[in-house]
Amino acid sequence: MIEINELHKSYQTGANSLHVLKGINFSVKEGEMVSIMGSSGSGKSTFLNILGMLDEADEGTYFLDGKPIRNLNEKVAAKYRNQFLGFIFQSFNLINYKTALDNVALPLYYQGVKRAERTEKAMHYLEKVGLSQWATHLPNQLSGGQKQRVAIARALASDPKVLLADEPTGALDTKTSYEVMELIQKINDEGKTILLVTHEDDIAHMTKRIVNLKDGLIIDDSIVTQVRADEAQRKAAAHV
Amino acid sequence: MFDIERWQEIFETIGKNKLRTFLTGLSVASGIFILVILLGFSSGIQKGVKSQFERDATNRVSVRTRTTTKSYKGLNPGRYIQLRNSDFTEINNKYDNELEYKTAIYNMWGSQVTYNGETGNYRLEGANPDQQWIENATLVDGRFLSQDDMDETRKVAIIGNIIKKDLFKGKDPIGEIISIFGVNFKVVGVYSDPGGDREEGRVFVPLPTSQIAFNGGDRVRSLAYTVKMSDDFDEAVALSAALSESMEQDIKAKYSVHPEDRSAVRVDNTLEEAKKIYSLIAVIRNVFWFIGIFTIIAGVVGVSNIMLIIVKERTKEIGVRKAIGALPSSIIALILQEAIFITAVAGFIGLFLGVGLLQLISPMVDNDFIKSPQVDFNTAITTVFILIAAGALAGYIPARRAARIKPIDALRDD
Repeated sequence: MIEINELHKSYQTGANSLHVLKGINFSVKEGEMVSIMGSSGSGKSTFLNILGMLDEADEGTYFLDGKPIRNLNEKVAAKYRNQFLGFIFQSFNLINYKTALDNVALPLYYQGVKRAERTEKAMHYLEKVGLSQWATHLPNQLSGGQKQRVAIARALASDPKVLLADEPTGALDTKTSYEVMELIQKINDEGKTILLVTHEDDIAHMTKRIVNLKDGLIIDDSIVTQVRADEAQRKAAAHV
Repeated sequence: MFDIERWQEIFETIGKNKLRTFLTGLSVASGIFILVILLGFSSGIQKGVKSQFERDATNRVSVRTRTTTKSYKGLNPGRYIQLRNSDFTEINNKYDNELEYKTAIYNMWGSQVTYNGETGNYRLEGANPDQQWIENATLVDGRFLSQDDMDETRKVAIIGNIIKKDLFKGKDPIGEIISIFGVNFKVVGVYSDPGGDREEGRVFVPLPTSQIAFNGGDRVRSLAYTVKMSDDFDEAVALSAALSESMEQDIKAKYSVHPEDRSAVRVDNTLEEAKKIYSLIAVIRNVFWFIGIFTIIAGVVGVSNIMLIIVKERTKEIGVRKAIGALPSSIIALILQEAIFITAVAGFIGLFLGVGLLQLISPMVDNDFIKSPQVDFNTAITTVFILIAAGALAGYIPARRAARIKPIDALRDD
């Protein structure tokens, strides 16, 4: 699904250049659930941005579902993002004057899907994240966990190949985090490829593979035994 | 443009910022309002001045004489130059091809006109039948002077509307006998003149009759002509100027008047005057457009400014939209459409208010130089197009900026 070879990226900050990614080799197969870890400054956000076509690498190759991602113009990039990727952000990034349903329907709107079909699909995904009764609510009427669920539904709406989640639980408390992770795990169970950036160990262990980044290089890449979020939650509850 | 979703989004953002949108709209609306009022008045001035010229034919050339002010060829200044019937015939013969209507005038100011015990002082003008066209007089009743009146030196008179009102008190004057300085004339016609009361306070009688009845001999006071009009206004102006120049030279040569003596022989040509005034009106109109356009520009800059702020505020949102697949063109359309919408709605409000106000005050404006200030349909359409162009202009820069937003920068959590 994702094939990356010798990826380099540096940023120009005034006079000095900052070499952020120093040759990354990385591949993800379909249906995998990978977490990318690393301290701040390790380059993990830059890596995710390149994966998400929000940023472009200086060197190296990147294939997404067999398509080379290189020198895309804005139009094509927008199309690819819409087709291949679903984004989940730490701060949800919902459009606050649109209802939950309209937010979920937005990627479909940009795909050119007709209004009736759009609403139907969006409703389907809202149901999937368990928020169908909240369809007509505005984001500020929802809790943090609910907002993130709406965001997940939106990421799923365009039926992308890969879900990219940037600290999806970063703004949530532990209980809500586990609920959101439970949902993400469920989506992965259905076969969706998921990449997740986090700095929390427990969240990382809820994925199936952990990639550790340090100073722009992958220092560790290992398969882990997945901790199911619902079990973790039960355990946590038992502790209290 | 007819994307319901996009309109919804525009109404949503406008609804969220009512005051801001209102203030922006106000600047555009007042810009258009001022432009419409200015244009209305400029067309009012145009109409007013045009009606001033309508008093007489616009292509009129008139010859008047006074006393000389410069000595010439051994002759002293202070000599009165008297035009005679022969001058009229000579000029008629010489310029027959260029002239359309011709009349010589023998006039007497403050002539005492009496009818049935009512007396008034009016201007008497002995003239040729062509006088009707040269004066731009409209016959209300009866007939104007005829060649037979001239040939037979009939004692007939055509009176102005105001004289009819003053002396006849609503009675039909046709066929009645009036007395001018004790000489009886039969009224055969009544005329009106676009020049109003001042121009209607005259009595026209056949030129030979007036010369015989009032001791005129072969003397005439002035000559008046109209020049044949060509289709091209500038050409007609040039022709009329050349003609009057040439006539002036002829008469000056004949009576040995210094060529530089402006007051002894005066040949005025209305067309040249008209051209001057018309070009003045054109200047006024341009100035009004200029002021109006800049007022609109000020409004448009306001809209542009607001849209920039909106883009700035919505940076994150635009970033999100791009991340989930919005094309740059759809972002541009969103911003552009909102800007056009605000300017168009506000502009139309300003347009209607302006037109409405003009309609309201138009009947109240009664000035010699401003007549019924109004904007015509074409002008209104022009302003509408200016509006839409202005809206597009106002939205373009902010829209481009929005399209350039990089999602990665917009989504950075800080």
